[in-house]
Amino acid sequence: MQPSFFDGLRPRIAAACAGALLAAVALTATGDDNHAIDEIAKYREMLKDGNPAELMEMRGEELWTTPRGPRAASLEQCDLGLGPGVLPGAYAHLPRWFEDTSKVQDAESRLVTCMTVLQGLSVEEATRNWTKPNSDIEALVTFVATKSQGAAIDAPALHPREAEFAAVGAELFFRRAGPLDFSCATCHSQDQRRIRLQDLPNFLDPKSAQSSMITWPAYRVSQSAVWTMERRLIDCIRQMRAPDADYLSDAVIALEVYLQKQAAGGVMQAPGIKR
Amino acid sequence: MSRRSRITVAAFLALVATGACAADPTVIERTEEIVGRSFSSATADERKTRLDQDEVQALCSMHHNQPPEAAALRILELSRSSLRYPPEGRLMGDWKEGEKLASVGTGGHIGKIQPDRPGVRRGGNCYACHVLAPKEIAAGNLGPSLAGYGKQRGTSPESVRLTYEKIFNAQAFYPCSHMPRFGSNAWLTPQEVADAVAFLLDAASPVNK
Ligand code: HEC
Ligand code: HEC
Repeated sequence: MQPSFFDGLRPRIAAACAGALLAAVALTATGDDNHAIDEIAKYREMLKDGNPAELMEMRGEELWTTPRGPRAASLEQCDLGLGPGVLPGAYAHLPRWFEDTSKVQDAESRLVTCMTVLQGLSVEEATRNWTKPNSDIEALVTFVATKSQGAAIDAPALHPREAEFAAVGAELFFRRAGPLDFSCATCHSQDQRRIRLQDLPNFLDPKSAQSSMITWPAYRVSQSAVWTMERRLIDCIRQMRAPDADYLSDAVIALEVYLQKQAAGGVMQAPGIKR
Repeated sequence: MSRRSRITVAAFLALVATGACAADPTVIERTEEIVGRSFSSATADERKTRLDQDEVQALCSMHHNQPPEAAALRILELSRSSLRYPPEGRLMGDWKEGEKLASVGTGGHIGKIQPDRPGVRRGGNCYACHVLAPKEIAAGNLGPSLAGYGKQRGTSPESVRLTYEKIFNAQAFYPCSHMPRFGSNAWLTPQEVADAVAFLLDAASPVNK
């Protein structure tokens, strides 16, 4: 075959398509450096006195145990999937299908359900300032996630409604739109890739998916704030030049179901520390 | 279609022959329904330009970027027919302008959470994905290195034209490329694409130093 002008970049296409698990395009550029490791070492140094997310965790615990809202109830009877009040490992098993709401819910939407049902708060009150540092929901998610430290991510999406969300999440992951044609796969479907100097996890690779998902929620040094997984995803969607995705929306939760499934088996270390 | 691009197409198709993996139509339907109700603050115009898909986007999405032959041919056809050229026909513009737009990553962010400041410059952000001038170390690697691009490709009319067309619509050569279709999506003007061509090919450009 005659070489063509753009020969340097012919894609190597995988021979078979095993669901969404194969990277579409494997370019020859090399994954050279250890940015992630350097960066994390730098943050560790900066944060010798501990991860600021620990303050959020403490505040979250207070919010969990303090009677609040019109019903003056605490969240201690909140069922995050393992039964009322059962916290250890709960985050690692989310998102999941909940009978009482007839919804697939993640930690965030489930906490909002508990705040509305148990405490009588409105959704607006429960999610107030969710985009800002130190919001109640961020504190609660951090507290709940911390209680899963050491638990393996295990949200296999076996219930038909969960399976449907996992399938939709996979489609969303590859769904291109907007003036730059971006989908999640643009930035997160190949190994050792960077945007400028920012390392990008490859969510088609279980190891890479695990190393990302086990660290959220995370304290983001560049934002001086803890970000939850929803906050993280909604920001990637913004970077794709899409309109703001609704907080707690099914699109965001379907993506989470898919990502958690990809990350199965990863041992939770949240809260993480990130750029 | 020129002889050269036919060869390129053939090379591509030889590689994609067995890659078919279209998603289940009912899952796609459900996905679209969920997209339809998960962006409640989007205006009708934002929905149309930011969420709805054109045919190429829909084909690449449903095939998870591995289009089978028929889809790949359709993408190439649509992409080639969307190519446009600057009015005066100069495909090689000003490399200094090209250099500027290569490092601008702003523009096009909407919504209430963190939109761009009004009037902010919209760039090509080539450095997000490519090494260009070797002296710029903050370069991404989603795409191949383009350092020394002009030294390798020269400035023959054919080289200039193909480079222009590639930047205008990467999928005119490579269906479902991860690279944005800068010209066809009207993200960059034909003049700006020509400036990017100059940044890559001009002997005086830092890309070729
Ligand atoms: C244009 C590029 C781009 C697109 C498209 C994109 N992301 Fe990201 N994503 C990034 C960057 C850059 C980071 C890391 C940011 C940083 O280092 O601060 C990131 C980080 C993430 C993280 C956290 C990784 C970690 O553990 O640090 C997740 C999860 C994620 N993205 C998911 C997604 C999903 C899901 C989509 C699609 C809805 C998506 N991204 C689309 C660029 C992108
Ligand atoms: C989001 C990522 C991304 C951005 C932004 C991007 N590219 Fe690319 N580019 C790629 C990828 C991936 C390839 C390889 C696949 C292909 O050929 O389409 C590529 C290939 C190319 C090629 C062909 C390289 C060769 O070997 O002949 C050229 C030329 C190019 N890009 C120029 C540009 C210019 C100029 C800009 C900015 C105006 C730009 N790119 C922005 C991802 C990107």
